[in-house]
Amino acid sequence: MTVHESAPAKPALIAVEEAGREALPAGRSRRGLSRWGKVKRDRSLLLMTLPAVLLLVVFSYVPMFGTVTAFQAYDIFNGFAGSPWVGFSQFQRLFTDPIFWHALQNTLVLSGVQLVLYFPIPIALALLLNSIMSSKVRSLVQGIVYLPHFFSWVLVVTIFQSVLGGAGPLNSYLREHGMATWDIMTNPETFKYLVTAQAIWKEAGWGIIVFLAALAAIDQNLYEAAAADGAGRWRRLWHITLPGMRGVIVLLLVLRLGNALTVGFEQMLVQRDAVGRDASEVLDTFTYYYGVVGNNFSYGAAAGLFKGVLSLVLILAANKVAHMFGEDGLYRR
Amino acid sequence: MTVRSVWEEKPTAAGQTGKTFTIVIVLAIILVPLYSIVLTSLSTQESVNIAGGLVVVPNGITWEAYRQIFGNQLIVHSLLVSFGITIVGTAISMVVSVLCAYGLSRSGSFGHRTILMLLIVTMFFSGGIIPSFLLVAALGGYGNYWSLILPGAVSVFNILVLRAFFSGTAQELIDAAKIDGAGDWRTLWAVVLPTSRAVLAVITLFYAVGYWNSFFNALLYMPDNGMWPLQMVIYTYTLQGNAMPGSGITTTGQYLGHQQIAPLSLQMAVVTLTLIPILLVYPFVQRHFTRGMLLGAIKG
Repeated sequence: MTVHESAPAKPALIAVEEAGREALPAGRSRRGLSRWGKVKRDRSLLLMTLPAVLLLVVFSYVPMFGTVTAFQAYDIFNGFAGSPWVGFSQFQRLFTDPIFWHALQNTLVLSGVQLVLYFPIPIALALLLNSIMSSKVRSLVQGIVYLPHFFSWVLVVTIFQSVLGGAGPLNSYLREHGMATWDIMTNPETFKYLVTAQAIWKEAGWGIIVFLAALAAIDQNLYEAAAADGAGRWRRLWHITLPGMRGVIVLLLVLRLGNALTVGFEQMLVQRDAVGRDASEVLDTFTYYYGVVGNNFSYGAAAGLFKGVLSLVLILAANKVAHMFGEDGLYRR
Repeated sequence: MTVRSVWEEKPTAAGQTGKTFTIVIVLAIILVPLYSIVLTSLSTQESVNIAGGLVVVPNGITWEAYRQIFGNQLIVHSLLVSFGITIVGTAISMVVSVLCAYGLSRSGSFGHRTILMLLIVTMFFSGGIIPSFLLVAALGGYGNYWSLILPGAVSVFNILVLRAFFSGTAQELIDAAKIDGAGDWRTLWAVVLPTSRAVLAVITLFYAVGYWNSFFNALLYMPDNGMWPLQMVIYTYTLQGNAMPGSGITTTGQYLGHQQIAPLSLQMAVVTLTLIPILLVYPFVQRHFTRGMLLGAIKG
């Protein structure tokens, strides 16, 4: 769980692939140097990467190997080395734990609801924004819709709580006028829609950035040619604009599917008290509450490892499907 | 002002109205809550009582809530912690990321593809919460401020965006610097960085906002409320509604000090405090977003 999960899209990977494939490096010639000679020549470049590599090795790679504790009965006083090995028994317990299955089910349902209700909104917003003629108005609107992306989940939930909660202006108004109040902030039944609404409020505006980029990359002559052939604005939208955005849409779908097991961990955590465990338990909160809070580290690690492996499989599978449809996806073949 | 092309139809009145209406609604959904929160933090007990919650119509302004939270040790300290973490963390993250991104940006250099793969693997698979927690605890991070900075100091995504930018720096410029006898360090400092201000601004903002907003690491590693950052304070005292020690703010709304102020105003004042730094920096960086993200995102 890193601090900087806010990355809106990871298509930078494609750029990475591209750069790696340059046939003839302009800067550094490959010829005529031994391996050691190259190391010597590039020593300052290598040295520059060292701090980041060290931090990643310590805080990403060591924990990767630390997942072996899922096969132990970890004991905080004995550590990794002293804790007994128990094989797959943590997993056996996990797979017969109804709360774990409930958490998995919640995770998938929340992901599904968000995919259906959230996903189209940034696309629609991007089309709307792109059609604003005045560039001053457009950049002002952009500035405002990007803003909530930079608020923390604690803040976003606080804002929702203040506006829609029992003491908020909405319910005060309903009460004053003798109507039934709306308990959206605490109702477990409607929690999935609340969570989605929060995600839309926070991220949908920021989500348009990649679509705007894709729209800007469409050749304007296509529109003119289509108009000359008598295509109206809706036909141009259907035959030029949407196909132009297809690559990005597929890419974001792949990412969304690959992250299907990750649904707003902090978002769930801060609302757990309000809606109860049943509605808000997802895989990440399960891991946290059983592992860290419940001092049951190996059990939590087993749930975490299950999620990590399944996520990896999901992202590879989603990418495979994208390739089958002739799109790049996250990386190229 | 972009001019409509000759071949484009005149916009219909209904279409224009619908578009304007939608945009106004979208902006209102974002801005009205923020406005209302700031206004409530400045409102008197009386106007909060009249509104029965968040204040929408201004009715008497008072700075009392701010006077009181700046007199509260817990909040002042958490503010210092948040600023400290953000400044130190962002500095560390930027230095580490910029160096790494440049070190990987020269095509054909030794080992850069291997190191790149090493970085990218961490985007696809992570060990999860438990092993990270056990590791940081074993290294003595429990109750230590570094545990709020170092575990998340490197964002591979940010490095990739920076790298894409640095790779795009004109090779002629770099060659010219080389001919003038500049080494890699000097080239980075004197040629690459000055031409990459936009992306540096954007990535700095990303890191700074990440630290300013970070909450879970504090929940994991900070047992004592005297070491909490602001986000933890909001979580505990506004969202969970616990009584804030030493402030006279209680959940029942009794205030033990000299002037009556609604507890809601105090809570909203703390919320406003966390918004202000973001709102102050944001306008200066915002115009770089599209350019900064574009190159990183769609370069391929």
